[in-house]
Amino acid sequence: MDYRIEVKDLNVYFDESHILKDINININKNMVTSLIGPSGCGKSTFIRTLNRMNDLIDTFKMDGSVLLDGNDIYDPKVDVVDLRKKVGMVFQKPNPFPKSIFDNVAYGLRIHGVSDKDFIEQRVEESLKEAALWNEVKEKLDKSAMGLSGGQQQRLCIARTIAVEPEVILMDEPCSALDPISTTKIEDLIHKLKKEFTIIIVTHNMQQATRVSKYTAFFLHGEIVESGLTDKLFIEPEDKRTEDYITGRFG
Amino acid sequence: MNRIISPKIAQKIMKGVFWASGIITALILIIIIGYILVKGLPVVNLDFLLSDPIDSGASGGIAPMIVSTIIVTVVAVLVAAPLGVGAAVYIEEYTKENFFVKLIRFGSETLASVPSIVFGLFGLAFFVVFLGMGWSLFSGGLVLAFMALPTILQVSEVSIAAVPKSYAEGSLALGGSKWQTVYRVILPAAIPGITTGVILGMARAMSEAAAILFVVGSALAMPASIFDAGRPLPLHLYVLATQGISLPNAYGTAAVLVILILIITVVTNTVVENYSKKMMGR
Repeated sequence: MDYRIEVKDLNVYFDESHILKDINININKNMVTSLIGPSGCGKSTFIRTLNRMNDLIDTFKMDGSVLLDGNDIYDPKVDVVDLRKKVGMVFQKPNPFPKSIFDNVAYGLRIHGVSDKDFIEQRVEESLKEAALWNEVKEKLDKSAMGLSGGQQQRLCIARTIAVEPEVILMDEPCSALDPISTTKIEDLIHKLKKEFTIIIVTHNMQQATRVSKYTAFFLHGEIVESGLTDKLFIEPEDKRTEDYITGRFG
Repeated sequence: MNRIISPKIAQKIMKGVFWASGIITALILIIIIGYILVKGLPVVNLDFLLSDPIDSGASGGIAPMIVSTIIVTVVAVLVAAPLGVGAAVYIEEYTKENFFVKLIRFGSETLASVPSIVFGLFGLAFFVVFLGMGWSLFSGGLVLAFMALPTILQVSEVSIAAVPKSYAEGSLALGGSKWQTVYRVILPAAIPGITTGVILGMARAMSEAAAILFVVGSALAMPASIFDAGRPLPLHLYVLATQGISLPNAYGTAAVLVILILIITVVTNTVVENYSKKMMGR
């Protein structure tokens, strides 16, 4: 099996609190992996370990290794800027910049030094089309992104992420602030994007995990209790705790 | 339970109290500005604005004073705005709460509470005498920059802190560096607030007489350069009024100063509002 990301014996601490414990998981290339589990179980911390967003927190400490295409992303020689170009992220709450729709999508290209106007225009159009937003915004690219609906803003954030052509897209509960119709649109989009990108999605919604992902990992108290094919995990879980969670006995 | 006043009546009374506070505040402003304009506008005409003063300002105009005011204000803003905004960016984005930050804040708060005449004395001792810059508009502008600095720093700090952290996260997650994030996302989002701070600081600098009293030299002639002595409007107003030269012209000078500040404030507010609207898509 071809793995995009391999996580080995990962432990994460914030100050003295041990947030993630001995995490071992492999993420398959060009598939969707869901991370489920109750609030505070460490899913979001885990996903933020994969693009080193936790580095922004002073008290963050970790050991173990995270390999992207076989290379340790926590190697001192790794440039975080390059890493985050390869591992994009979509946040829980849509967070477009207070700029025009066009400038939002062009942002990643511009900060990475692209100045060719025709190329930027072409990438912006492609990205918006890929994110299934083009038809809704093509007439108002110069208007502020803040005027879009929540669902449109989230698709814009996805377009912004794919514009820099990452390999992996991390999604941290991307639909939790959205209505059901917008959620459906994002899920359709995830199905489309998985052909090209490796997607890891944190979700509280177990139906969503079954709808969008091939693989699922169940987190509890900072550990991975069980991981494997989504179909199997939801139909015949091996661990009693997984069964209790997916049948709604806690969480 | 026995209440002395029922909640409904208390509600009405308090609403009245707040309404009155608002009205009184507005009235104070209107009365002061109105009084100055009524007393001052009769002497203000194109000739008053464009000609030199005659007999120490007893007659003639205030053209050199307007030019002097513009010079000291521009110098003050050009020095204070980059310093204040830069320090605010440093405090909010590049460091944690530590001794140095506390020192900057303490320094800025102290600066804000120093009486303006003390600034004037410092300006005389430091710029005019110690640095040998002599009486000049440039020295005056520097003193005013120090006066405007605390306001610009404090307002900029608040504006930068008010930019949602999610903007910065979005930029960093796309591979943006700290500086790219500050320059391309945080500052543009904070600019409306920062501009307000700069305008507040600038208005304070523009209307200051005491701070420049010993520094600008009080010359009546049209300044030929920023290193010449000059006499900004507030200082001219002070001299006209205290030396009994011409009270009508003092009011005229005051009216011009007030109108100048009003124009700058209104124009900037309009520009900032349009920018905010465009940025936030409203």
